[in-house]
Amino acid sequence: MLNQIAKRLMTAIPSIIGVIIVTFLLTRVLPGDTAAYFAGPAASEQAISEIRTKLGLDRSLPVQFVAYVQDLAAGNLGTSLTTGQPVIEDIRARLPASAELTLLGLLFSILVAVPLGILAAVKQGSWIDHLCRIVATAGVSLPVFFTGLLLVYVFYYILGWAPAPLGRLDFFYTSPTTITGFYLIDSLLTGDIEVFRAAWSQIWLPAVTLAIFSLAPIARMTRASMLAVLASDFVRTARASGLKPSKVVMGYAFRNALLPIITTLGMVFSFLLGANVLVEKVFAWPGIGSYAIEALITSDYAPVQGFVLAMAILYVLLNLAIDILYGLVDPRVRLEA
Amino acid sequence: MNRREFLKSATVLSSAAATGVTAPAVWSSASAQSARQETLLLVSESGPNNLDIHGVGTNRPGYEVAWNCYDRLMSYGSKTLPDGSASYDRDKLVPELAEEWSLSEGSVTFKLRKDAKFHDGTAVTAQDVKWSFDRAVTVGGFPTFQMKAGSLEKPEQFVAVDDHTFRVDFIRPDRLTMPDLAVIVPSIFNSKLVKSKATEADPWGLEYTKQNTAGGGAYKVSKWQSGTEVVFERNDAWTCGPMPALKRVVWRMVPSAGNRRALIERGDADISFDLPAKDFVELDKAGKVKVVSNPISNGIQYIGMNVNKPPFNKLEVRQAVAYAIPYQKIMDAVMFGLGKPLFGAGSNKVSDPVWPQPHGYATDIAKAKELMAKAGYPDGFETTLSFDLGSAAVNEPLCTLLQESLAQIGIKASLNKIPGANWRGELIKKELPLIANFFSGWLDYPEYFFFWCYHGQNALFNTMGYKNPEMDKLIDGARSAAATNDWAVYKDDVNGFIDIAFTDVPRVPLYQPYLSVAMQKQITGYQYWFHRQLDYRTLKKG
Amino acid sequence: MSIASVTAPPSKDGILSHARHIVAENPVTGVSFGLFALFLLAAIIGPYIVPYDPLASDTAAALQAPSAAHWFGTDQLGRDIFSRVVVATRLDMIIAIASVALVFLAGGFAGIASGYFGGWTDRIVGRISDTIMAFPLFVLAMGIVAALGNTVTNIIIATAIINFPLYVRVARAEANVRREAGFVQAARLSGNSEMRILLGHIAPNILPLMMVQVSLTMGYAILNAAGLSFIGLGVRPPTPEWGIMVAEGASFIISGEWWIAFFPGVTLMLAVFCFNLLGDGLRDLVDPQRRT
Repeated sequence: MLNQIAKRLMTAIPSIIGVIIVTFLLTRVLPGDTAAYFAGPAASEQAISEIRTKLGLDRSLPVQFVAYVQDLAAGNLGTSLTTGQPVIEDIRARLPASAELTLLGLLFSILVAVPLGILAAVKQGSWIDHLCRIVATAGVSLPVFFTGLLLVYVFYYILGWAPAPLGRLDFFYTSPTTITGFYLIDSLLTGDIEVFRAAWSQIWLPAVTLAIFSLAPIARMTRASMLAVLASDFVRTARASGLKPSKVVMGYAFRNALLPIITTLGMVFSFLLGANVLVEKVFAWPGIGSYAIEALITSDYAPVQGFVLAMAILYVLLNLAIDILYGLVDPRVRLEA
Repeated sequence: MNRREFLKSATVLSSAAATGVTAPAVWSSASAQSARQETLLLVSESGPNNLDIHGVGTNRPGYEVAWNCYDRLMSYGSKTLPDGSASYDRDKLVPELAEEWSLSEGSVTFKLRKDAKFHDGTAVTAQDVKWSFDRAVTVGGFPTFQMKAGSLEKPEQFVAVDDHTFRVDFIRPDRLTMPDLAVIVPSIFNSKLVKSKATEADPWGLEYTKQNTAGGGAYKVSKWQSGTEVVFERNDAWTCGPMPALKRVVWRMVPSAGNRRALIERGDADISFDLPAKDFVELDKAGKVKVVSNPISNGIQYIGMNVNKPPFNKLEVRQAVAYAIPYQKIMDAVMFGLGKPLFGAGSNKVSDPVWPQPHGYATDIAKAKELMAKAGYPDGFETTLSFDLGSAAVNEPLCTLLQESLAQIGIKASLNKIPGANWRGELIKKELPLIANFFSGWLDYPEYFFFWCYHGQNALFNTMGYKNPEMDKLIDGARSAAATNDWAVYKDDVNGFIDIAFTDVPRVPLYQPYLSVAMQKQITGYQYWFHRQLDYRTLKKG
Repeated sequence: MSIASVTAPPSKDGILSHARHIVAENPVTGVSFGLFALFLLAAIIGPYIVPYDPLASDTAAALQAPSAAHWFGTDQLGRDIFSRVVVATRLDMIIAIASVALVFLAGGFAGIASGYFGGWTDRIVGRISDTIMAFPLFVLAMGIVAALGNTVTNIIIATAIINFPLYVRVARAEANVRREAGFVQAARLSGNSEMRILLGHIAPNILPLMMVQVSLTMGYAILNAAGLSFIGLGVRPPTPEWGIMVAEGASFIISGEWWIAFFPGVTLMLAVFCFNLLGDGLRDLVDPQRRT
């Protein structure tokens, strides 16, 4: 098993190399002169070129690339201009916020989309089938930033059901001791119900925004794979042998329909990480998505590079996890490169 | 350690925490109520990137940290403006770290407070002041530039006479020297502490002060999560002024303007800066919160034209643009009246040596067309109108209106939004033909503004690349006249250079923006400062 | 794979009657076809029929709520939002269609070649796809537009690039299935060059499936362009475009002028909605076996 995991990891290496090269090139052609930014408002041409030399920006691209890879190997991702912190620290501090939000959004989405998809498949062609289709398609048709704004307006401004969109915690509370970095989990682990409630009240609205966006693919895939399974011989046999319909659907069909759903979950997760960027901006969520947007807009390339690398690594790990999960759900599937 | 032992020790630990002197991590709702009275929640768009005003590339929010966490020798007094709001008084210097000072022909000598201490308890001495000033003029970049503006250029100018006596020697008479000693840059650092953190590569300890405050000011930063929040605690041992009322200031960054407005409107935040003009006007009208607006001293929003390249090298073209700008539309639709108009004075001749003041142009499309024909562009031309993406909230609608108006006289301008860091780079190159921009000077004097924006030394802020020997002579004349108190010459020179700026119009002033701040009604003690940031020391709640 | 399993495409008549059947059976698809026609109409004749000049400001009439004179209200500069929304249709359609056409050609060709030839071609195309897929797609689009400069062309290119792997995957799978199919073997035996078989025989056969992919990604292309505009990297003002209009209106929602962001947002949603339903409908039409 370990051997297989290692093999599977090896196949990800070329993608990672590709990512490093693309990110490097992309950020070096970003318009914007880092040296001019560092030199301050009253800098002369000479001062700027001095800083350019100091930062190594006057060297040729291949030389800069080698230096970049060396830094990378040493765990040095550079320093952000806008926050003034080492990028690796920023990412370490912000990644749990993004991950917590994305995972919760995914969880919400599964809780709604999977039952909806199953119902739609069982009652194919009924109103619930059409509803499933419309709800799912409408969800994916909404621009996330628009959904987010509307939800804030309705739930915070008009109804007052959600607290102010101020990030992860109201300022009266201090963050729980970091164990996993997820406030919801950490506050429970430390037994601090009040902080848990505060963190929950902040996170549910952005998580719902993300969930709406990711309903469609999960609902569709659940429905499709359930349809396929329900039409298969063994389900027919089970039905014919007089098993209860609920037992047939949940006990037999669903278990067998799980595999494609899990694959879809992987895709949806990476999809959500992208959508996260816009949601974080709307909700002032201190995650790495909003961090990357700010950096891109100010042409601050070290954080952009760090962000993309973090994302790529996350993606690789995720795919690995899915492959392993696959093996657990369906023992016939072996981890293969 | 087995499980039982572990549990035992954990219990000891937690009971120690409960009886300890440190405040509990989470306030119960009852204590939260009283804590809220002494805590200020502040929201703004962005936060500091560096806690040190001497740092490399420290941004504007960083100035606020430096202002509240460090002391200067002197500060500015305050005055009440005609509309009842409070403002700093550019003409009155008051003691801060220095108890008193005496001015002589070639120097000024300060007597320092004997009871002043840094946050770590070490006494403040004249050596610290000398070290801090040396640092400001040596590290380069913005601090060195700002010191230079007051003729503070060399470490030799700064002398620690004894532990509590400090002298600044002048290298030339300059009326800006004393005011410049009260701005943010000459803050006093704890030299022993910072020196102990310095390294060979970083002799001034900039890395340390970037992350930590090392001063003796009224507040200290107790927590800084970049891009998210800054938490300040009051320094209860502060002696350089009356003890501030607020114990704790929490400053949260909220990127969305809509959210900032909602927060202040619903009473969740105490103070909000950087809202769109419209929101301030509406909040003010609704009356639920207090809105204070002050014209930004020595600041103008303007349209700049590159005088070194066709077509804007032609005077008639520039004047045509000045006549084509839809001034009133901009005031109404973009600023919602929140700005002081700088147009339509009737004449380009001025009589008062003050700045900013209105010029003689007003919207007159017929006249603009006539001028375009005279310049040889009866059918107009194509160009780009650029602005900083970071200030798009104002500039985008403004430029859209201007674009529409320019089209009426045949100028087809496409809008060009330039992202953050790149904006400065583009300004340095001075190649952009037409820009919308804002500039304000900390020191509120006409010759200071003109020295940076119109002088032939061609500083970055002279975004139009404007060079005119006659203009330079008048600016230099006004500077030396002010230094020698020759007010008759000063008046003539200032009026002279304003006249030239208006007739030659390399830049067309549009309006003087207001600095507005919205706060809950129970907040008092707000005062406008030249640096346009908040001074927590005078604020009170309830 | 046996030769017999690849069926010949149905005849024209068959498609029409099949389409009628599908619309009759599934009214949602019918509605989406209607909606699509409406959007197409707006894109073609919209600029000639709108009541106001979409660029003309009228500061006296700024920020008016929807009324008989301004159906969707007016924005900060007094521009008529209805006119802007209608006129924006053309630009948004152009962005979507152009980017999809681009990736259809590039991704489709790369995919077919990769599936047909296998070996190194497959490996290289596969690596490129993997590299693109390793990025959060929206962030990659942001990076590309920021690096190349924010113009409509670059938005189109960026949108095409992030959709590339999807097209490659579909085309590759289909080409792979058909490379040993009877009609291909026949073409090969009659002396056609590989390139000719690729373009002349395989490509036409997988066209219908690719078309389904097209209508599915159209919606995503519009969303992507709107997202870029929202963070300030999109189309230049004052050009009307749905995403940028939502972004402009976003700061007005809290102060009660909901219509500025609402109408462009809803139109944007409807357009994407319509494309997605259309994609489903097309899939039912082209490939009844894959109905979901």
